[in-house]
Amino acid sequence: MKLSRHTAGRGAISGQRRGISALVSWWDPRPFTQLFVIALILAALWLLGQNILAALARAGISPGFAFLGRAANFQIGEAVIPFSAGDTYLRAIGVGLINTLRVALAGCVLAALLGTALGVLGLMGNPLLTRLVRIYVEVIRNTPLLLQLFFWIALARNLPGPKQAPHLGGVWLSNRGIFVPAPVAENGWALPLALTALVFLAAFALRRFGGLRYVWTGAFVASAGILWASGISLDIPSLQGFNIRGGLSLSPEFAALLLALVVKFSAAIAEIVRAGILSVPEGQREAARAMGLSEWHIMRLVVLPQALRVIVPLTTSVFLDLAKDSSLAVAIGYPDLVSILNTTANTTGQAIEAVLIMAGSFVILNLSVAFLMNRYNARVALRGEHRR
Amino acid sequence: MSSSGIFTRSLRALTAAAVIGAAAIPGIASAGDTLDAIKERGVIKVGVGTTPGFFSPDSDGKWQGFFIDYGRALSIAVFGEDGKVEFTNSSPQQRLPALQAGEFDILLSGVTVTINRAFNLGFHFGPTVFYDGQGILVRKDIGVTTAAELDGATIGVQSGTTGELNIADFFRKTGHNFTPVTIEDTSEFIAALESGRVDAITQDSSDLVGKLQQLKEPDNYILLPERLSKEPLAPAIRAGDDQWLEIVNWTVYATIQAEEWGITSANVDEFLKSEDPAIQRFLGVDPSLAEAIGFQPDWAYKIIRTVGNYGEIYERNLSPLGWKRGYNDIWTNGGLLYSPPFR
Ligand SMILES: N[C@@H](CCC(=O)N[C@@H](CS)C(=O)NCC(=O)O)C(=O)O
Repeated sequence: MKLSRHTAGRGAISGQRRGISALVSWWDPRPFTQLFVIALILAALWLLGQNILAALARAGISPGFAFLGRAANFQIGEAVIPFSAGDTYLRAIGVGLINTLRVALAGCVLAALLGTALGVLGLMGNPLLTRLVRIYVEVIRNTPLLLQLFFWIALARNLPGPKQAPHLGGVWLSNRGIFVPAPVAENGWALPLALTALVFLAAFALRRFGGLRYVWTGAFVASAGILWASGISLDIPSLQGFNIRGGLSLSPEFAALLLALVVKFSAAIAEIVRAGILSVPEGQREAARAMGLSEWHIMRLVVLPQALRVIVPLTTSVFLDLAKDSSLAVAIGYPDLVSILNTTANTTGQAIEAVLIMAGSFVILNLSVAFLMNRYNARVALRGEHRR
Repeated sequence: MSSSGIFTRSLRALTAAAVIGAAAIPGIASAGDTLDAIKERGVIKVGVGTTPGFFSPDSDGKWQGFFIDYGRALSIAVFGEDGKVEFTNSSPQQRLPALQAGEFDILLSGVTVTINRAFNLGFHFGPTVFYDGQGILVRKDIGVTTAAELDGATIGVQSGTTGELNIADFFRKTGHNFTPVTIEDTSEFIAALESGRVDAITQDSSDLVGKLQQLKEPDNYILLPERLSKEPLAPAIRAGDDQWLEIVNWTVYATIQAEEWGITSANVDEFLKSEDPAIQRFLGVDPSLAEAIGFQPDWAYKIIRTVGNYGEIYERNLSPLGWKRGYNDIWTNGGLLYSPPFR
């Protein structure tokens, strides 16, 4: 602890100096050999490039990204932005990217929540809970993700069909997906939302400065009235033709992939959280207890802030794994980025470009996750340093 | 298979396609490359599907079927003997990149000839061996008997197939809507239909008829009468290797020509006595033609004696499934199969 505090203070400067000296020592002894090696590598890359270009030319494939503007004549089952066959490849790839982000983001958040809960539960000192959490972690961690994915998709697909699907209050559970009622606006969302915001602002002011009672109840009643009057209603899913239509739906493929990712990676996070909490010396808890803090406060104020320093960096790498493994989607038919790029390469022949787009997207995704997590990590780490 | 396994696998298929021609991979062949590689290796590497009648491993794991017999015929054309072929299943999504990357010498997996594959993807095709069309297999419980009634249906499609594109065209043309569920894995594709996740699946009708055999309750499904497309299925190879293409071409033609002449595995020895000079050249009794080309004189004779003519191959593998000859008959019987002259 002491040591790290000292170096942390001068971290930036010494890091820079170390970087330069490393470069110098790497470069110094035989500069010409270095240059020669670099030239050799560049030449090899150039040769490889030429070779690929020549091979492509012989196959009649012209490299480049012009295909992105051409029509993609396939249909995509799930799209957040509107897409229909005949739109451009760029749009199709955008649809795939959003689908990947959607499942990865939801996966990270839910896996973190579930993982943390499990990690904490396992350490509550209840032997039964501890055992159950251990079993969960062991079983999940030792089963290949693909197998789990096939299990979840089989389960999702074996829900009853639309005509037999159980439903309650507009919520349908079927092998076509999970359907829930969703609000729809007949005349757009802008006006009703603005009005509702105003009502709540007014309510806030009245409560704060006027000290009136029941303003919140009033505000809720008033905004419900506004929403109803401005043509907002609930779209309740119902059976139409072959399928359930209306409302908001979660496809079986999305649900299965999300579940598989959350279950698999929550086990990894539970282990990390456990390790993080155990890394906080027992003495600190005892001290906190002696001061009369409640168990919840001990966790919240003493243990977690320190445990996070262990937890956050490790969780970052779990998140990256999760994002990467979301590409298992291909196997069950969820149209993620990789699946759309596969089809793109298959119909255009631009495989190199498809790989570049895939690699580029995952690098950017990983760097952003790593960046955000590192920012967070810096916060949890620094706070501790400054306090002392 | 580990989870990162499949990621690497799908990544690999893409990268494999991407690095065609880099380094020493057979890559985009120039004339002769493929044959040289095959001779050196001692075996022809063939990518196939898994559909009863067309290509399926029997209980001993030995491959059988219509396309398999063409793999055997190629073995005879190249090595003068049967069995020097290695068949490997490859999904519709992976097989074209795999062929391009040199993992296969040829695909005998029901690949459709299209102009896009010829020009933009860099493949050449041998003669069409099976004239097919895309069909739709529906669950009976949705009560549909024609494709026009499928407005709003959820339909399973297999990624990387022409069917993925044809079905989108079909619904655009009719102005109806559908929701695709696009699945790579063949057994997941079938499972989606069986579980009712989709109302129907679409593929080459040859594939659907074959897969119907594998469903738990075949009676619960019907193949709609419409054919959405033309699917001429042909052997596919990498563009650029003319020599290999011609070997494939004439191996197929030999089976068609033999049927036209009425030469079968049973009577081929009698034809050795034929007075017809064309038949003498074909069977190598007169070795001049084969020698000039650089083939073994008895290559066609051996193919016919071992795997039979086109009709025999068809009847052995496909007639048990109820296939009629239809377009897939020789031209003298009103079909589309026609071999250029062996001279
Ligand atoms: N003819 C279509 C589809 C070809 C196709 O999917 N063929 C089936 C067999 S007929 C197949 O390979 N299925 C994969 C398998 O059975 O494993 C194309 O060329 O795109």
